[in-house]
Amino acid sequence: MKKWLNPRSAFGITLITVALLALPFVAAMGGQAWVRILNFAILYVFLALGLNIVVGFAGLLDLGYIAFYAVGAYTYALLASPHFGLHFPFWVILPIGAVVACFFGVVLGSPTLKLRGDYLAIVTLGFGEIVRIFMNNLNAPVNITNGAQGITLIDPVAIGSFKFSTTTQFLGISISGPQKYYYLLLALALLVIVINLRLQNSRIGRAWQAIREDEIAAKAVGINTRNLKLLAFAMGASFGGVAGGVFSAMQGFVSPESFSLIESIMILAMVVLGGMGHIPGVILGAVLLTILPEALRYGVGPIQMAVFGKMLVDPESMRMLIFGLALVLVMRFKPAGLWPSPERKRELQDAGARNG
Amino acid sequence: MAELLLQANNVSKHFGGVKALRDVTLSIRQGEIYGLIGPNGAGKTTFFNCLTGLYIPDGGGFVFDGKSLLADAPHQAAERGIARTFQNIRLFGNMTALENVMVGRHVRTKAGVFGAMLQNAATRAEEAAIRQRALDLLHYVRIEDRAEDLAKNLSYGDQRRLEIARALATEPKLLCLDEPAAGMNHTETEELRELIDGIRRDGTTILLIEHDVKLVMGLCDRVAVLDYGALVIEDVPAVVQKDQRVIEAYLGA
Repeated sequence: MKKWLNPRSAFGITLITVALLALPFVAAMGGQAWVRILNFAILYVFLALGLNIVVGFAGLLDLGYIAFYAVGAYTYALLASPHFGLHFPFWVILPIGAVVACFFGVVLGSPTLKLRGDYLAIVTLGFGEIVRIFMNNLNAPVNITNGAQGITLIDPVAIGSFKFSTTTQFLGISISGPQKYYYLLLALALLVIVINLRLQNSRIGRAWQAIREDEIAAKAVGINTRNLKLLAFAMGASFGGVAGGVFSAMQGFVSPESFSLIESIMILAMVVLGGMGHIPGVILGAVLLTILPEALRYGVGPIQMAVFGKMLVDPESMRMLIFGLALVLVMRFKPAGLWPSPERKRELQDAGARNG
Repeated sequence: MAELLLQANNVSKHFGGVKALRDVTLSIRQGEIYGLIGPNGAGKTTFFNCLTGLYIPDGGGFVFDGKSLLADAPHQAAERGIARTFQNIRLFGNMTALENVMVGRHVRTKAGVFGAMLQNAATRAEEAAIRQRALDLLHYVRIEDRAEDLAKNLSYGDQRRLEIARALATEPKLLCLDEPAAGMNHTETEELRELIDGIRRDGTTILLIEHDVKLVMGLCDRVAVLDYGALVIEDVPAVVQKDQRVIEAYLGA
């Protein structure tokens, strides 16, 4: 703790804080769309850190993580929209969403406890799809999720009469809806970062790491591997549930389309690309993988026009091509991720030295 | 006569047609060093795995410390006070030596998720106690200077010691060592002998599987011999060494 107090760190922290606080106003110069992209970047940081508990800490390869995000999003949507005529405040629904997602985490996690690696990945992938298909089809005989049309007019986050969806004048500065969500998300993200850090260096975190390293040895020293794996699923799912709730409120609309397999894969890619199990790495991975495709979306077209004077390749395909190439290059040259934990880096270097 | 700590009653285990253990009945007394020897494939490790809950015996069972032992729960065996090491060392390779031992404290501590998140006084005190105890144990097995090294980077002998320290961290009543001297040279074996003797003197009963006959005979209070999954003899080393069946089965005629 003491090293936090030295002046250089203090200066660094102050600088980062100021930068983070000013960021939405800088982004707003490029249009509110960029603030929304920032918001999604933070939302994905949140999600990736939730998945990091399951994949990075406990070593359980979960390809259906988006299911819990979906459960949280739908919980929020159903409890705060005209669909059922319910309008609970967000600070009631977010915990409910976390609990419901946690419940699903345990339900979906319990049959997979004896599976490892690839097998676990396939089963969780299946579960993820099952949840999405349920959302798609639970409109008959009783209309619960409104099927593929999704749920609209979801209440925005509001504290009393202070609504997060509209622009407010505050001390002469106009703060837009997305900018307000930015600060809300930032606060939530800080919370999840602190929780991640604290879990990692705790009795529970060590037990997870032990399970990841050698499950049989972990059992032999008295770790109840079943309960701890379930705990990892439950914790990860709860974070997914909260993220889903915020997503619901921010968008005002949810439909099953938002929770496809590619989303699960993207979140996993953020964790792996950034540096599995290493919190700063995961944050970096999430931010890059959210910003990069968007930047390409805006950048590819104009650059082609400037260089060639005409559109050679459809910007949308070009974007995914570059994105894919970037992922391949990172995995080729930085297999431990962009910012791996020191141990993981050593681990892979040793493996490379042995093979080579 | 000292009190019984572990009683194995007619323990049987078979894998397909192979009878790895046939009605093995033996008893370990409080405070002794008990040797389990036998040729390769005699069922020693299978016996260990049944005892520590990794295998479910097909017949018979164990009474430990006055109560019967649940068959299929490794973590409960540790909770009851049975710790083990593995023939082929199983450490948490990418954790430091210190962390390995700290993991061993898991079963005797109780901080949960909320404790970890809130970092309340009780959790912080427990965490400090875990660390201190782990350091003490590293000191006890004399590898305290390697505390911050990754377990996989330790020398072979130090890895064996670390595994023992991790097992001791669970505060076992019975410490089961599976061929701890395998691959060690004479000096290392001698140091190990002292370590095991010291652990016993500090009050932990020890069950020892070992190939090194000299080590077993010199160290153990009593020895059991397994051959083809069946118990040949259970007695003091002097008697076992002279037994004709043992000489034929194991020591070589």
